[in-house]
Amino acid sequence: MTRFPFSSLSRRRFLKGAAAAGISVAALPRAGWGGSDQINIYNWDTYIGETTLDSFKAKTGLKVQYDLYANLEEMFAKFKEGNPGYDVIFPSDYMIETMIAADMLEEIDHSRLANWKNVDPNFRNPPFDPGCKHNVPYFWGSVGVGYRKSKVETPRSWKDLFDSDKYAGRIALLADSRFVLGIVLMYLGHSPNTTNPKEIAEARDLLIRQKKNIKAFAPDSGQDMLVAGDVDIVMEWNGDILNVMAEDKDLAYAVPDEGSILWIDGMCIPKGAPNIDNAYKFLDHVIDAKVNAEIANTIHYATTDLAARQYVDKADLANPAVYLPDEIVKKSKSLIDIGDALRLYDEAWTAIQAA
Amino acid sequence: MRDWRRNKAAFGLLIGPASLWLVVFFTLPLAIVWVYSFGLKGPQGQTILALTFENYTRALDWLYLEIILKSLWIALATTAICVIMGFPLAMGIAFAPKSLKNPLLLLVILPFWTNLLIRTYAWIAVLRTRGFLNFGLEWLHDGFAAVAAAVGLDDLLGPFQPLELLYNQYAVVIGLVYVHLPFLVLPLYATLEKLDRGYLEASLDLGAGHWRTLVSITLPLVMPGLVSGGLLVFIMSMGNFLTPDLLGGTSSLMIGNLIARQYGAARDWPFGSALSFLLLYATFIALWVRAAVAQRSKGLSY
Repeated sequence: MTRFPFSSLSRRRFLKGAAAAGISVAALPRAGWGGSDQINIYNWDTYIGETTLDSFKAKTGLKVQYDLYANLEEMFAKFKEGNPGYDVIFPSDYMIETMIAADMLEEIDHSRLANWKNVDPNFRNPPFDPGCKHNVPYFWGSVGVGYRKSKVETPRSWKDLFDSDKYAGRIALLADSRFVLGIVLMYLGHSPNTTNPKEIAEARDLLIRQKKNIKAFAPDSGQDMLVAGDVDIVMEWNGDILNVMAEDKDLAYAVPDEGSILWIDGMCIPKGAPNIDNAYKFLDHVIDAKVNAEIANTIHYATTDLAARQYVDKADLANPAVYLPDEIVKKSKSLIDIGDALRLYDEAWTAIQAA
Repeated sequence: MRDWRRNKAAFGLLIGPASLWLVVFFTLPLAIVWVYSFGLKGPQGQTILALTFENYTRALDWLYLEIILKSLWIALATTAICVIMGFPLAMGIAFAPKSLKNPLLLLVILPFWTNLLIRTYAWIAVLRTRGFLNFGLEWLHDGFAAVAAAVGLDDLLGPFQPLELLYNQYAVVIGLVYVHLPFLVLPLYATLEKLDRGYLEASLDLGAGHWRTLVSITLPLVMPGLVSGGLLVFIMSMGNFLTPDLLGGTSSLMIGNLIARQYGAARDWPFGSALSFLLLYATFIALWVRAAVAQRSKGLSY
């Protein structure tokens, strides 16, 4: 064991200085992203139209930097220590609420958006962001059940996934703790945003009992498992199942009678964005009727843009899997940020995985 | 440059860049994580710098200890299988004719040239219900059934039931062994290469059989290489989170996955940092054991 050579510099002081230096380095913005003819977008994968970015580049002549994230937590983790240089992001409802509370979003001036009148008035005052002060609504969807018609009868209730041995070993659920526990809580008659430890424990115990019948918790790949024949019934996002339904005619999508958890995504400008003017141009471009309809026809989710509806594929408009019928919407809930109670959900999820 | 004391400038110049790299990209981030492990989590997931041992006491809760123990068990199983498979392989390469040695080594290293993610996905394609392994078994099954039908014993085997090989802990161990086998074979091969064949010849001349020579002469002499390779496999398997994530089922949560969750969905960086440091302390203890073994054994050091 060699002796620590600098005896005057105690280890404690070295560590303090190291921590300070490290944190300051992390706060430096990315170089080369601040050009005024540039825009940096951070979005989910396969969540934009095929011609959206090209038509934007042709219209404005701006350079587009388009990065992807796989889930909201990945996006939030990047922004925690400061904006790494993005101008437009696409968070979901409860994440928007979290980021507003953490003061990470710019206020959006709707008068700067010529196409703001296109946005459906039903979506202009959501509970997570009153008056849409910090976001421009994008698309909304639901969580439901994808299944193989030849092996599984139409699921009328979430019971088939959580409480029955009918499809033992052929079930896959999402890997998102809040969505899965939220649906189980709704099935048990509680709110998906409850902070009551007894109710969360009830949901946890139900899933632990059901675990022997569940094949896997698939992070966004449940539809691949369904197509490959590994499972016959999955809990997945509606758009993902619709995409694989196009490949395999034996697959179908249904929302059980107890209702679903609806999510809605919005476009936001994070604080510290280097090109705010270009961001407004992009937001305005996306809510243009024709551009929005092209996105809708590519990704098969439900749009919040009323003016775009006339150009959206008639099959999608009539499809109850995309535009949920009113009775289901009335029974469905949305997730909200629960602050410190998130730890209860996380421990329940860890207990389910470890059991 | 025999003595660094006399050529301090040259020594400093040579060791400078590497040390700077290590300090900035290894020591500094590790120090930040260590500081975080004593912090608190804010309501939106912010990290508040504080001085509390709450994260460590929470990490020692049975819920998390169980996961650490399970990871230990899987890592031990992986190491054991790697040793059982890797030792004959390394012996084979070391005692092969000179012209074959390099091609054989190349075969061992070749998988490294493919991305780890692609190799793991390849295992999914092989092991799943409609995967290549089950295709092969189905083909064999149909062949036997056809032969049986031709002989007149219809329905001898019944319909084909595919093996459920994926999304459980066996698949995780298979994936881990596949990825880490070269890490055991290469250090072991290096040690075997340095083995003086004279010892083996002397042992055989003095009347010991091949097996006795292997157990009493070869094994003790290459023990340091075996321990190094085994330790490498063990430490890497414990911290792995990609393989359990892709190949594992509902009960395959390992400590790596748990830590990744804390930095992601759970938004609890201080707790993740505490868990990471528990893993780090376990690694240091394993390394200390290795040093103690190497000190005491009279084998070849390399």
